[in-house]
Amino acid sequence: MAMDQDTTSKPARRWHIAVFLAPAVLVYTAIMIVPLFSTLFQSLFNTVEGERAFVGLGNFATLFFDPRWAASFWNALANNFWFFVIHMIVQNPIGVLLAAILSNPNLRLRGFYRTAIFIPTILSFVIVGFVWKLILSPLWGIAPNMLDAIGLRALFAPWLGQEGAALTTLALVSVWQFVGIPMMLIYAALLSIPDEVIEAAEIDGVTGAKQFFKIQLPLILPTIGIISILTFVGNFNAFDLIYVSQGAQAGPNYSTDILGTLLYRTFFGFQLQLGDPNMGSTIATMMFLIILVGVSIYLFGIQTRLRRYQF
Amino acid sequence: MNTARSSLPRALAAHGVLIAYTLIALFPVFVIVINAFKERRAIFNDPLALPGPESFSTIGFETVTSQGNFLLYFQNSLIVTVVSLFCVLLFGAMAAFALSEYRFKGNPLMALYLALGIMIPIRLGTVAILQIMVASRLVNTHTALILVYTAQGLPLAIFILSEFMRTVSADLKNAGRIDGLSEYRIFFTLVLPLVRPAMATVAVFTMIPIWNDLWFPLILAPAEATKTVTLGAQVFIGQFVTNWNAVLAALTLAIIPVLVLYLIFSRQLIRGITSGAVK
Repeated sequence: MAMDQDTTSKPARRWHIAVFLAPAVLVYTAIMIVPLFSTLFQSLFNTVEGERAFVGLGNFATLFFDPRWAASFWNALANNFWFFVIHMIVQNPIGVLLAAILSNPNLRLRGFYRTAIFIPTILSFVIVGFVWKLILSPLWGIAPNMLDAIGLRALFAPWLGQEGAALTTLALVSVWQFVGIPMMLIYAALLSIPDEVIEAAEIDGVTGAKQFFKIQLPLILPTIGIISILTFVGNFNAFDLIYVSQGAQAGPNYSTDILGTLLYRTFFGFQLQLGDPNMGSTIATMMFLIILVGVSIYLFGIQTRLRRYQF
Repeated sequence: MNTARSSLPRALAAHGVLIAYTLIALFPVFVIVINAFKERRAIFNDPLALPGPESFSTIGFETVTSQGNFLLYFQNSLIVTVVSLFCVLLFGAMAAFALSEYRFKGNPLMALYLALGIMIPIRLGTVAILQIMVASRLVNTHTALILVYTAQGLPLAIFILSEFMRTVSADLKNAGRIDGLSEYRIFFTLVLPLVRPAMATVAVFTMIPIWNDLWFPLILAPAEATKTVTLGAQVFIGQFVTNWNAVLAALTLAIIPVLVLYLIFSRQLIRGITSGAVK
């Protein structure tokens, strides 16, 4: 709340504000904002009879309704939503559970668990994609043999090669990789709850799971909100994992195609299809709008209703 | 401290859950690393066995070191990551301090402007970025990647750091002002040390996507001399996809330095998160 308590500096000596802001604002504007708007701008143009021409929203009409584009666009959009849903219903509960257990100050080996569970998060998509491809490969047989060992061999299928299962499998691989981030953020939030609050709860006889749901969980809801919106943005910008494990065509039969891979194929082309910067910009603009809507819902619909506690 | 929270069955259940999840997290990495040291037949016959005297082989690593250029790739990744990280932390902390400390016209607007980058992935502007880099002859240089990653890391760094900087006691800063410290000294000698825990968190969250990025090295610096280790591994594994020894060895070589880097930084991270700033 330092903002409310005015500083003692006088207007005459306030050049330092500009000095503090300048490097960040300059790099950020030149490398992020200007290119972004330049890209959004290009979505309003297309090449008509060999010349660059303003087509208004024509590219969007093509993307939504032209049979050559619409099917892949809506497919990618639906897949992307499913990818996000899996993250929300699997990643957040696991992250909260792990953080809640880890935040117990009497637990031994805390450092070890924390460090170990965060390890997948630091690995690159290239490693994660190939590692899981090898492990789930029927050729190598690690996954089928392990299921065999617990009598569940019948459950095994080459998931990454099945149209129905590939996307969910990759979403779970992505959850496996990133669960460390919600865990760490929630862990930090739990540790920031003052001991007095917990002690007061214990004096009132609120302990264990009840204490967690009544005291800690409401206090970490803002953190869960931040994690959710970060996941949303990350998922609608995802590309690498699908590209590494399924290739640019997001096989089998485009069943793992999400907006990121569709953007890549459209923008830079693949095999016989030529790259189309204007349609690529159009898809990038759609991703931008989707992310904007999601973030707005969070900022105005969710965040304002969460009470933030200041200790 | 408190006996109610440390009863034996509860502790056992807690360890059970944590051990189970730790196994899930580490098993895939473990399998890759042990099989990288085995000969081809052992990889397939008994993938879960540790390498023994009979199955031990480093043929995969020999292929990698003779065919790949991994030392150079590591060096490139290291330069790009460290310089970008330094810029993000320094510029980010400076901007966060300005936003959280001073009231000035346009402060909320500036905060919103800088926060836009959290929700808008920099990747959406790739083609225009490429055009800029081509125009300024920065394609296939470390500078191109460093600029992009600095811009990419700044918004989240500023957001997190300004949240933390609001918790730094105003009395402390005002005491510094009364002692005649300049605003720069207050920032560098009073505030920065206090937000070190947050800096460590930001460092880890900034470092990981930079080190692991595949997209921008592919677009902006695909030349052999500037290839990062992520791109190098991707290209190498793509070429040697049927050579299991080489693939496993390349994955192992990609994993181990990151692990070492992480173990160095994680101490800082954990110390940071647990110690907490002045409240």
